Amino acid sequence: MDNDKLIIGGHEFNSRFILGSGKYSMKLIDAAVKYAGAEIITLAVRRANTKDQENILDYIPNGVTLLPNTSGARNAQEAVRIARLARELGCGDFVKIEIMRDSKYLLPDNTETIKATEILSKEGFVVMPYMYPDLNVARDLVNAGAASIMPLASPIGSNKGLATKEFIQILIDEIDLPIIVDAGIGRPSQACEAMEMGAAAIMANTALATAGDLPMMASAFCSAIEAGRQAYLSGLGRVLTRGASASDPLTGFLRD
Amino acid sequence: MDNQFFVDSEYLSPEVLAKKHRLESDPGFRKNHMEYMPGMEIIESDVCNNVLTHMNSYDPSVYTKKDVVAALEHTTCTIEDFKALLSPAAEPFLEQMAERARLETSKHFGNTVYLFTPIYIANYCENYCVYCGFNCYNHINRMKLSMEQIEHEMRVISDSGMEEILILTGESRGQSDVKYIGEACKLARKYFRMVGLEIYPVNTDEYAYLHECGADYVTVFQETYDSDKYETLHLLGHKRVWPYRFDAQERALRGGMRGVAFSALLGLSDFRKDALASALHVYFLQRKYPQAEMSLSCPRLRPIINNDKINPMDVSEKKLCQVLCAYRIFLPFVGITVSSRESAKFRNGIVKIAATKVSAGVSTGVGDHESKYTGKEDDSMQGDEQFEINDNRSLDNMYKDIADEGLQPVLNDYLYV
Repeated sequence: MDNDKLIIGGHEFNSRFILGSGKYSMKLIDAAVKYAGAEIITLAVRRANTKDQENILDYIPNGVTLLPNTSGARNAQEAVRIARLARELGCGDFVKIEIMRDSKYLLPDNTETIKATEILSKEGFVVMPYMYPDLNVARDLVNAGAASIMPLASPIGSNKGLATKEFIQILIDEIDLPIIVDAGIGRPSQACEAMEMGAAAIMANTALATAGDLPMMASAFCSAIEAGRQAYLSGLGRVLTRGASASDPLTGFLRD
Repeated sequence: MDNQFFVDSEYLSPEVLAKKHRLESDPGFRKNHMEYMPGMEIIESDVCNNVLTHMNSYDPSVYTKKDVVAALEHTTCTIEDFKALLSPAAEPFLEQMAERARLETSKHFGNTVYLFTPIYIANYCENYCVYCGFNCYNHINRMKLSMEQIEHEMRVISDSGMEEILILTGESRGQSDVKYIGEACKLARKYFRMVGLEIYPVNTDEYAYLHECGADYVTVFQETYDSDKYETLHLLGHKRVWPYRFDAQERALRGGMRGVAFSALLGLSDFRKDALASALHVYFLQRKYPQAEMSLSCPRLRPIINNDKINPMDVSEKKLCQVLCAYRIFLPFVGITVSSRESAKFRNGIVKIAATKVSAGVSTGVGDHESKYTGKEDDSMQGDEQFEINDNRSLDNMYKDIADEGLQPVLNDYLYV
C-alpha cells in the first residue's frame, strides 16, 4: 500500500480523497482537511474573487494542492477565462473544468468541456474535467489532453450515490487515466463502493457540508475510501448469491 | 384591515388633484393596461399564457390534507403538489414543510447565506402606483444622484465590506435614462464584485447595453399577476402596461444577463394565486432558458411616507413562511431573497429554512448612506425612502448574526465573464 500513489499529471498524492470547500463554514476547512487526510482541495474561483477579509484562499492550509474549478462558466470560452484568472490569482496549474448550461441540475456540458480541455491542456494546465459519464466523451477528453476524468455519480448535491454506476465502471475499464468519481456521493459506503470498483479517487463536498459533525464525517469518508481501495487492490472475492455452490456445476461432466 | 391607498397632498394644484381623483374613480379615464405603449418591444413567448392558465384555474380551497401529505411524500414536487402546499390545507403542516424545505436548501446551497445591499440612485417616478412611496403624486423629497455622488455612496458602501450591489431607480425614463443607469453600472463594477439592477423594464437591446456596462442580474417585480387587480393599482404611466412588465425577465436573458429575479408584492391581491404565478413564471422560463440563474423574492406591503396605514393584509408571517417553504420544495435550485421589509427575528429564522440571500445595511432613500452608516450629519440634500424598512442591521451585525446561527455568510460567489 505504501507505493500506491495517485498520480495526476505527473504529480503524486497519497490521499485519494479530494475535498470540496464550498457550502460550509470556512473556519471548518482546516479541520476537514486534517480529518479527511486530504491533499487536494477544490475551490471555486468565483468564491475566491473577494476582498481580503473573507478570501477563502486564506483558509486553505499550507501543503495542500489547490484544485480551482471553473464553476459559473456556461461555455468553453468562459471556462478558459476563469482558469487563466485562477492561475493569475496564484492557484497553481491544476484546474477542474466545470461547465454548466443548466441551473436546475447543474449537469455538465460534455461538448464544451472537451473544447475547454483542449485549450487549457495546451496552455500547460493539469486539466481535470468534470463530465457526464460517456465513454466516447471520455476518449475525446483523453485525446484533448486531460490528466484525469471526473464522472458524476448522480446530480451534484443530491447525495444519491452511484446512480451512473454501470457507466462509471465502463470508464474505469476502458480509460487509462485516473477516474475520479465526483458529485452525488452522499455516504462513506457509496465512496467505498466506487473505490472497490476501481475508481482512483473520490471527490465530495455536500455530503460533508450537510453532516452533523463535519470533521467526523470527513474522517469516515477517509476510512471508507481507504477500505475500498484496499478491497480493490486485494481483488474482490466471489459473491455467493444463493447459499453454497457446487464446484463446476455446469461443466462437471467434462471432468476426466 | 383593508388598505386605504388614496392620499391627497396639499401641495398638488386643483387641476392635478382633479386628474388624480378622476384616475382613481373613473376606470374609463385610464389607459388600457394590456396595450403596449410606443417604443415597447413585443416578443413572442408562451410563458405568460402557461402561467395564467394555471393561475386562473387555481382554487386553493379544493386541496385537502391528503393532497398535502402526498405532496410532501413525493420526491419531485409537481405543479399540482405545489398548489396543494400553497393551499390553506397545508397550514397545519408548516413544520413538516419547513423540514423538507431545509433539506432541499442544504442540498443545493449547503449552509451558505449571501449578502447584498441596495443603492437607490434616483427616486423620480412617472407612475401612479397607489401603494408606493415614490408615486408621482406623493409629496416627497425627490433626488437624482450625480455620478460624483453615486461614486461617493458606492465608496461608503464598499468600505463597509459589501461586495454585491443592487442598483435601483424610480421608474422614470425622463429623469434616469438607460445611459445614466449604464454609467452607474460602470462605476459599480469598480467598487463591487457583483452588480444587479432593479429598474423600470427596458427592451432587449437596452438590457444588452446594461450588461456590457457591468450588470448581470435583473430584478423585476410583477407586483400582482392578476391583471385586473393590477389595473386598479397602477393608474398612470408606463408601468401600467402589464404584459410588457411580464416579459421583462425574458428580454433581460435574451440581452445576455446571467440571472433574473421575480416576485409579486404579497398583499396586493390573492397572495396564494400570486405566489403560484410567481413560481410558475420562474418554472416555465427556466425550462426555456435552462442556463439562467433564477431567484424569487417575497416582499409584503409596507407603510410609506404620507401613508403609515399600508399593511400586508392577510399575509401574516406564518403565511409568508408557508409560501417560502412551498417555493423551496417546488424549486429547490432557485435563490430566495428576504429583504429588510421583514423583521430581524423572521429573517434569522427563515435563513435556516429556505432563504439564501438577505440584504444588510439597507437604505431605501437616495444619497443617505454616509449619514446612515457613520452617523455623520449631512447638510446635502437627500431623497426620501420608497418604503419603511423593518430590519436595520448593518453588514457587520448581519454577518455576525448569520455566523452565530452556524451558517456561512458569503459576500461574493460570482465572476463577471
